[in-house]
Formats: sequence, structure tokens, C-alpha cells
Amino acid sequence: MSTNHAVLAHHFENLEQQRETETFGMWLFLATEVLIFGAVFTCYAVYRLRYPHDFEAASARLNILIGSINTIVLLSSSLTMALSVHAARVGRQQMLLTCLLLTIFLGGTFLGFKALEYYEDYREKLVPVLSFDPGEWTKVEGAEGPVNPQRVQLMLVFYYVMTGLHAVHMIVGMGLLVWLVAEARRGRLTPVRYMPVDIVGLYWHFVDIVWIFLLPLLYLTGTHHTSDLHF
Amino acid sequence: MTSAITTGFIPQAKARPPRIPGENYLNVAFGVKSWLFTTDHKRIAILYLVTVTILFFLGGAAATVIRLNLMTPYGELVPADTYNKLFTAHGIIMVWFFLVPVVPTVLGNFLVPMMIGARDLAFPRINLLSWYVFTTGAVITLWALLAGGVDTGWTFYTPFSSKYARTNVLPTMIGIFISGFSSIMTGLNFIATMHTMRAPGMTWRRMPLFMWAHYAASVILVLATPVLAMALILVGVERAWGIGIFDPELGGDPVLFQHLFWFYSHPVVYIMLLPAMGIVSEIVTCFARKHIFGYVFILWSSIGIAVLGFLVWAHHMFVAGQSVYSAMIFSALSYMVAVPSAIKVFNWTATLYKGSIAFDTPMLFALGFIALFTMGGLTGLFLAALGVDMHVHDTYFIIAHFHFIMVGGAVMGYMAGLHFWWPKMTGRMYSEFLRKLAALIIFIGFILTFLPQFVLGYLGMPRRYHVYPPEFQVLNVMSSAGASILAVGYVLPLFYLFWSLYGGKPSGPNPWGATGLEWQTPSPPPTHNFDETPLVISGPYEYSTEEGALVH
Amino acid sequence: MFAEVPLFPEQASTTAQRVDLLFFFLCTVCGTMSILIAGLVLYFAFKYHRRAEDARTPRITGNNRLEWFWTIAPLFVFFIMFVWGASIYTSVAMPPPDAMEVFVVGKQWMWKIQHPGGQREINTLHIPVDQPVKLTLTSEDVIHDFSVPAFRTKIDVIPGRYVQTWFQPTKVGRYHLFCSQYCGTSHAKMVGIPSEDKDEGIIVMEREEFRQWLGSQAATGSLADQGRQLFFKFQCITCHSANSEARAPVLEGLYGRTVPLKNGRNVVADDAYLRESILYPEAKVVQGWEPIMPTFKGQADEEELLKLLAFIKSLKPGQTPVRNEDALPPLDAPKVPSGGNPRPRESVPTYRPQGKSN
Repeated sequence: MSTNHAVLAHHFENLEQQRETETFGMWLFLATEVLIFGAVFTCYAVYRLRYPHDFEAASARLNILIGSINTIVLLSSSLTMALSVHAARVGRQQMLLTCLLLTIFLGGTFLGFKALEYYEDYREKLVPVLSFDPGEWTKVEGAEGPVNPQRVQLMLVFYYVMTGLHAVHMIVGMGLLVWLVAEARRGRLTPVRYMPVDIVGLYWHFVDIVWIFLLPLLYLTGTHHTSDLHF
Repeated sequence: MTSAITTGFIPQAKARPPRIPGENYLNVAFGVKSWLFTTDHKRIAILYLVTVTILFFLGGAAATVIRLNLMTPYGELVPADTYNKLFTAHGIIMVWFFLVPVVPTVLGNFLVPMMIGARDLAFPRINLLSWYVFTTGAVITLWALLAGGVDTGWTFYTPFSSKYARTNVLPTMIGIFISGFSSIMTGLNFIATMHTMRAPGMTWRRMPLFMWAHYAASVILVLATPVLAMALILVGVERAWGIGIFDPELGGDPVLFQHLFWFYSHPVVYIMLLPAMGIVSEIVTCFARKHIFGYVFILWSSIGIAVLGFLVWAHHMFVAGQSVYSAMIFSALSYMVAVPSAIKVFNWTATLYKGSIAFDTPMLFALGFIALFTMGGLTGLFLAALGVDMHVHDTYFIIAHFHFIMVGGAVMGYMAGLHFWWPKMTGRMYSEFLRKLAALIIFIGFILTFLPQFVLGYLGMPRRYHVYPPEFQVLNVMSSAGASILAVGYVLPLFYLFWSLYGGKPSGPNPWGATGLEWQTPSPPPTHNFDETPLVISGPYEYSTEEGALVH
Repeated sequence: MFAEVPLFPEQASTTAQRVDLLFFFLCTVCGTMSILIAGLVLYFAFKYHRRAEDARTPRITGNNRLEWFWTIAPLFVFFIMFVWGASIYTSVAMPPPDAMEVFVVGKQWMWKIQHPGGQREINTLHIPVDQPVKLTLTSEDVIHDFSVPAFRTKIDVIPGRYVQTWFQPTKVGRYHLFCSQYCGTSHAKMVGIPSEDKDEGIIVMEREEFRQWLGSQAATGSLADQGRQLFFKFQCITCHSANSEARAPVLEGLYGRTVPLKNGRNVVADDAYLRESILYPEAKVVQGWEPIMPTFKGQADEEELLKLLAFIKSLKPGQTPVRNEDALPPLDAPKVPSGGNPRPRESVPTYRPQGKSN
């Protein structure tokens, strides 16, 4: 009971109530997150419906190879995250630490690829303001005649806002994971106090799911060819 | 001369009331640190009280200059740019830094755990964090408003805000964006607390209506605020880098911003209003000494408002070139949202029936709320009618309508609640005479300020006008005169409430003979609210039973 | 002094009469409700005020029948308000076919008004009484709002698109014109306010008087004529010409017709379509033609666009002007392909009125 006492916050009656509250709080937070992404998805949808061909043309230029690799990386990280939660619940400290570190590694890999992709985009003149070249797009043929560079740029803006927001969430998640590793090494994540892992896990899976929506919306909208598969 | 004044104060000093015995949340620790690092929901409520009060008077100062300027038709007091910055500052401060947070963060923070029999909110540290986040946002916004100002109006309509305005739009939006997180934290905290931390026996159907109102308002806080955040991000991106998300020159759609903005900003009215309605439910029952009439209907009307409130946003855009069909749908839905509000008013009135009504200050404010909110709500029916909205949209009719709702409704409700629970928060009673005078002055000042604006609006005077045709002057002078009376009414409580901290009589645990859980504990309450976790055996409004009616 | 204080706005259009009627209905219903609620509250307050400190009250928790009554009864009243309001709104959205047309361009901070005859006004609009007037409005910069309280009409003027409204004045007089959507520093001065020394705002005249006024205004040809000049200036005639070598469709009788597009869809050639086709030619390409037209965005301003529109609208069959051979094509106009002009396929007609067979 003494361990329970240290874990239980002063304002809760018992551990069960505390766990229930913490999980519920995280779900509520995720509801907020759904709405913040929902708002930008809605704007994207509005313009995508209005300018379908320009959006397709822009999408076709995005790096689908990195996008695909990142999808695999991120989904794997969800697996290792789920394993961490399991390890914390059953009290397997070594497995917990390993899985958390693996998740961090995979998250870092994702962000690394993302950074590489942004750099490639910059070199391919796909970054509005910094390197975007409207002249290049006047010659591009869409499904119904030449595309409008401004609308292509609009699509690219959404690409950066959406993936940027997602990347910010990834960075926050990485920070939380590093904190969990520190806690785990101090032996403070026990079967009695596994909630932090559980809650960070919920968050991590959510960020994953957002990516699952981003991939088709941004990358798979346009037609890609096998020759596009390069870094 | 000097001696006369000095002697005048001596008897008061002698008659100073005794200290309140026992340890409570106020005297458990002293010093700045004990306040700045507290996780006690009651202390955080006090922190918020001080912050939003300061912000309220800043917003009020802007309003004062606006009304003074409108005394003459020629805008002689301040230049046009200054005027535009003033009404923008007034709107931004009052909406985001006073009306949205005021009831939830002050009264809600203090009372949510107490009314459901919990020791604290579910996430005390997040609660404290929310105050820091709020204050940071407020400081950034105030800095932007004072150092240069913003002239977009609080609505930030594109493409004016994203492209044409040459003022501090970006820092202001960053401040609002940051303070939005505090809204989310507060809402999240309340919902989680109510779901998991109710005392034994405190079933959903036994929760006070003030709690239900907070539940509904919190749902809006959690679900609407992120949409505003995203809208601000997109305007910010466009403004900072000149990329046309809302700029028609570059393929964007300026009206899309209005959709996003009002998807947040219409429900936000209900964030202001719902908790105030909850306050009225508590006060009317207490001072009529009656069980609430139609508990279930009031409860569901709160939920109904929260849900329907999300579906009416485009009624702010009836003249913004929307299709006739969508205008008709949003007009019909706007009428639907009037129904739950009407239900509440009818039920409060019915609660008075066969009651035993006392007219203490909180009750006066609550009755003032019912009167002004009813007028505000009924004028809303004019605006929901497409044909009439076409005429009065963006005129002083709208200004009068939403001030009836926000000032006559939300602020009046807040004043009622503050006076009702002040003895609980501080353990002391305020001046008998001044408090009733204040209630009367506020009511009269309010009516005189905003009633002429309905006439001005139907005459066609547009809002946000620095100068106006001379024939509108008489009505504007009336409105300005009312505003000065209103200002006196708002300054008065500041003095007598502050005075009560030092000179007020100790109130005892339950000065009004109310039945809620928060009155079952000493005033001010101890840090953990209750010595023992209370066991709830009946609903919140059992005023007609022997114990309930006779508790003092 | 108080005798001069207006308490009710002048009622000077057919819409105003309808809006006011609904307004009075709402005032009556809402006034009755207010008095009812206030009366009940006051009555209860006096009748049941607390007489003894230990007074007891009966325990009344509600009455479901009453609750359902006041939940459902308002819906019927609201339904009347809704239908009434919507019917006014709908009729304002549909200008009558015989309406006289006026074009309005809003910019920070003035209203620029053009009559079909080419007469131009600033912050002032002269119109004849008892004649429906259709306004086509657009903005050069931010969102404005064209508001005439005496007509109970108001419409947001949005950059990048055309909006329309109409009214029929019923009373000769001079009325306020306001910008009702906040638009920056001098928002409050984007107005036409008639006064003793200024003939500004909305000026409704007798028909005969209006005709004289039109004649007295210096105009360099009608709006359509000015559009015709622009049609040459911008070299539209080079491609949209009547001869068989045309590289673009003939625009005669185009306005209001359904146009088949390259992507298989159809579009009605209204103001918005014509505007889009001039500014973003590649957006909706007509079936049988190649997307070779350059954009005129940045070249034609809002007022010039309205003139071009007026010209295109005025084009009757056989009226396409003869191509001026001396004029050179615009700088970025496409060269004639080496294989000759891209000709329309035979099955695709140019725009011809339906009455005639090809």
C-alpha cells in the first residue's frame, strides 16, 4: 500500500479513479486535436474540390517514396509503443526501456526523413516564398489544360501547414517519450504506475492516425510514376 | 479639515469585525510563492479573479473612449485610426480575456469541485498552467494592443486582416492563440472532474444545474477553440508570408475565413452565457426557497444549446453572398436554438410560483439577468428572420442585441454569482446598502445605454463608425450618458467588495440558507474543501423540506 | 430639437414595406412575450415575497405537460417568422428581368458607380422612381457592404466575385448610402450622405427628371461602347473575331447560354463565368477549342472588366466588330500554330442563338 500511497494524488479517492480520470482527460484532449486537424482538413477539402487539377498536379510532385517509407516507419513505431504499454503493465522493465527507445528511434527516423523531404522540396522549388517558381508551372499540363501556379502554391501551402503541424506533434511526442525513458530508468514506471506510458501511447497513436489521413490527401492525390521513386 | 477626516475613520477601525477562526485556504499559507505555485482550485480562482477584473476595466476604458467619441457626429475626440484600434481592443479584450474566461475560470474553478463534493479539479497542475498560459496570452495581446494597436475589429475579417491592415495583427493573434489553450485546459479539466470525481451519491441527475451548464460550456470550449486556433494559424501564415489562403487575388476565398471564425465565435457566445444561466438557476431557487421547476428540461436545454450552437454559425453571414438555400437552413436552425433558451426563462419564472422570495443582491442581479436576457434573446429572433437581418445586419441593432446577451446576460449573471458566492469565497459580507444601489445603477445604466442603439440600428447606423450623420446624435448622446451611469455601477462593486475583505462581517458557512454542497463547509473553505467526503442523498434543490428551508 | 430626431427610417422601396411589416409583426410577438414574462415575474415577486424568515414553500418539481407546451408552442410562431423572413430574402436574391442595371465597384474608401450609358458617379447613385434597379457589385480590395437603410437593402461586396441585389424605389428623395462592413481607416467615410450643400447618396428622381439627368452627364459612350474599345485595346478581337480563321469562339449571344466545356460538363455563361474566363482562361475551356488564351489578370481592372462584360452582353448575332488588321496581337498572345489555326471541330458550333439553324 505504501507504493500506492505515493502514486495516488491527494485529491483522488483511489488508484482506479485516478487512472480513469487520466485516461479520460487524454481522450478529451484528443477530441480537441481532432477538431484542430479537422479545421485544416476542411479548408483543404474546400480548395481541393474547387481546384482539383491544380491540386493533383502539385501532389504529383511530392516525394511519394519518402512518404511511403515514413508511413511504414510510423506504423512500426505504433507497434513498439503498444509493446511499451504492455511491458509497463506487466512490469517488464528491460522490455519497456527497449521498446521506448525503439519508438524514439523510429520517431526520429520519421522526422529525419521529413527533414530530408523538406530539403528536397526546397531544391525542387516546391517551397512557397523560399523557392517556389511560378514560371515553371505555367507550362505544366493538368487534366484539363495548363495549371494555375497560384493554385498549385495554395496546395503546397496546405501541404506544409498540415505536415508541419503533424511534425510539431511528433516533436512533442518525442519529448514525452524521452521523459518516459528517464522515468523508466529511475524505476518509476511500475505496474501500479503505468498510466504515463498508457497516456503517451494514446497520444502517439493519434499522431499516427493523423498521418494515415495525410498520406492519401497529400501524396496519393496526384498520379505518380515509378520514375518518381527516388529520394 | 484634516482632523475631521481622521476622526471619521476611527470608529470604523474600532468596529472592525473579528477574524474568522480556523484554518482555511486563504490563511493556510502566505507570501507570493504560495499563490503563484498553488494547485488549489480555489486559489487559482482568485488568481483568475484578479486577472480578469483588471482586463475587464481595461476593456471598459476602451469602451468609455468609444462612447465619448460618439457624443458628437464628427469624431472630434480621437482620429479614425485610433477609434478603430479602440473598438478592436474593446472587442478583443472583452470577448477573449473577459467574457469567455470569467465565469468558468473564477466561479467555475472555485465551485466545480465543491459542488460535486471533490477535493480538487481532476488536473490541478494543468489548472495552474492554464492561468499562466492565459496570462501570457493576455500580456502579449495587451502589449500588441497598447504598443501600436490593431485596427481589424475583433473579427479579423480577411482579406483586410491578412493583407491590408498595417497594424499589430500578428502579435495580437498569437496572444489570442496562446490564451486559447487555457480555455481548452479549463474545459477539459471540468469535464474530466465531473465525469470521474463526483462524491458518492452525486448522480448525474443530482448535479446542480450550474454544473450542467459548465459541462455544456466545457464541451464547447474543448471542441470550438481548436477551430479558432487553426483559423488564426492560417491567417498568420498568409499574413507573414503573403501566401493567399484567403486572398482572392491568389485563388483563396475570403469568406472561408468567416466560416471558420464563426464556427468558433458563435458557440463562444454560449460559453459566456451557459454558465451565467447556471448561476441564475442556483440563485432563483435559493432566494425563492423553491425546488427548481423542470430540472430535466433545464438540463437538456443546456446540452441542446451546446449542440445546436455549433450548427448556426453561418447566420453571421446572411448578407455575405451565401446561397439562398444555405441561408434558409441556417435561419431555421437559428430559430431552433432559441427554443432551449426560452425553456430556461419559462422554468425560472415558474420556479418563482408559490415561492418565498427574498430580494437580496444576488437575486436582484438574477432577475436583472432574466429581464435583459429575455430582451436580448427576443431581439435575436429579429436577426434570425432573413428579411429583417438583411436590413439590420452590421448596424447598431446587432450591437445592442449582443450587448443585451453578453453584458445584460453574461456579465449580469457573473455579478449575481459573484455576489452570491462572495461570502463563500472570502468568508465576509459586503455592504448592505451599496450592493443594492449598484444593482440598480447597473440595470438603469444598461437600459439607457443599449435601448437607444436598437433604434439607431433600425435607422441604419452601421457599426464601427467613427463619424455618423448628425441626425443620429441625440440617440448617441443618450447611449453615452447611459454608459457613464453603467461605468459607475461597475466601479461600485470593486470598492465595496474590496472593502468587505477588511471590514465585512463574517458571513458564516451558509448566509443565504442554500442547499448546495458548497454551503455545507466553512466559509472560506479549508484547502481540501470537505473534512470528510460528503455523501449525497438527495437532489440539489430540496428547499421545501424542513432541513433545507431552515439551514442558516 | 427632439422633433428632428428620427426614430424610424424612411420607407422608400418595395422591399422596405415588406421588411417593415415583418418587423412590426416581430415587435408585436416579442413585445407580448416580454410583457408576459416581465408581468409574471413581477406578479410573483410581489405576491410571493418573503414574509417570514422561516416561511415554507410547497415542493413543486415541474410539470411535463407545461414543459412540452412551451417547448413546442414557440416552434409554430418561429416557423411563421422563418417563412416570412425567407420569402423576403428570396425575392431580394432574384432581380426581375426588366430591372435597370447599375454596376458598383467598392474600394478603400469610395463607391464607384457606372451606369449602362457610361455615366459615372462616386458615392452617389441617381435612379428613377418605381423602376426596379439591379446592382452588380464587386470590390477591388477588401470586403465592403453596400447598404441603403431606406431600401432595407444590404449586401456584402466581396473581392474576386460578383454579387447582385436589387430594389425598386417607391419614393422620390435623397437617402443614405453606407458601407456596412468594416473596411479600414476611413470606413465611416465610405458613405454618401445627402445634406444641404452636398448632393450625395442615393438620389431617387422622377423618371423624366432621371432621363434628363442621364443626358446631362458627360459620358464617353455607353458602358458597352467603352467595352468595345477595350475589346480592341486588349486585342480580344484578334482571336474572338467573326472571320473563319478565328482562334477562339465568337462571343455573340453568349450571355446567359449554356456552354459545353472541354471536360464534358456544361456551364451557364453568367457574369461570374465571363469574369473567370477573362482572368483565368484555363479554368473552363470551351469544347472544341484549345486553351491558348492568355490571362488578363493584372491588365484589366475591375471597372474595365465590367465594361468588357457589358460589351459581351450587348453582342447580338452578327455584331462582332470587324477585326482591325492594323492592331498587333498582345505581347504574350500565342503565335498562330504552324499547321494553321486550331479550328473548331465541325460538330461544335460557335455560339449562335438557338432560334437560328446553323
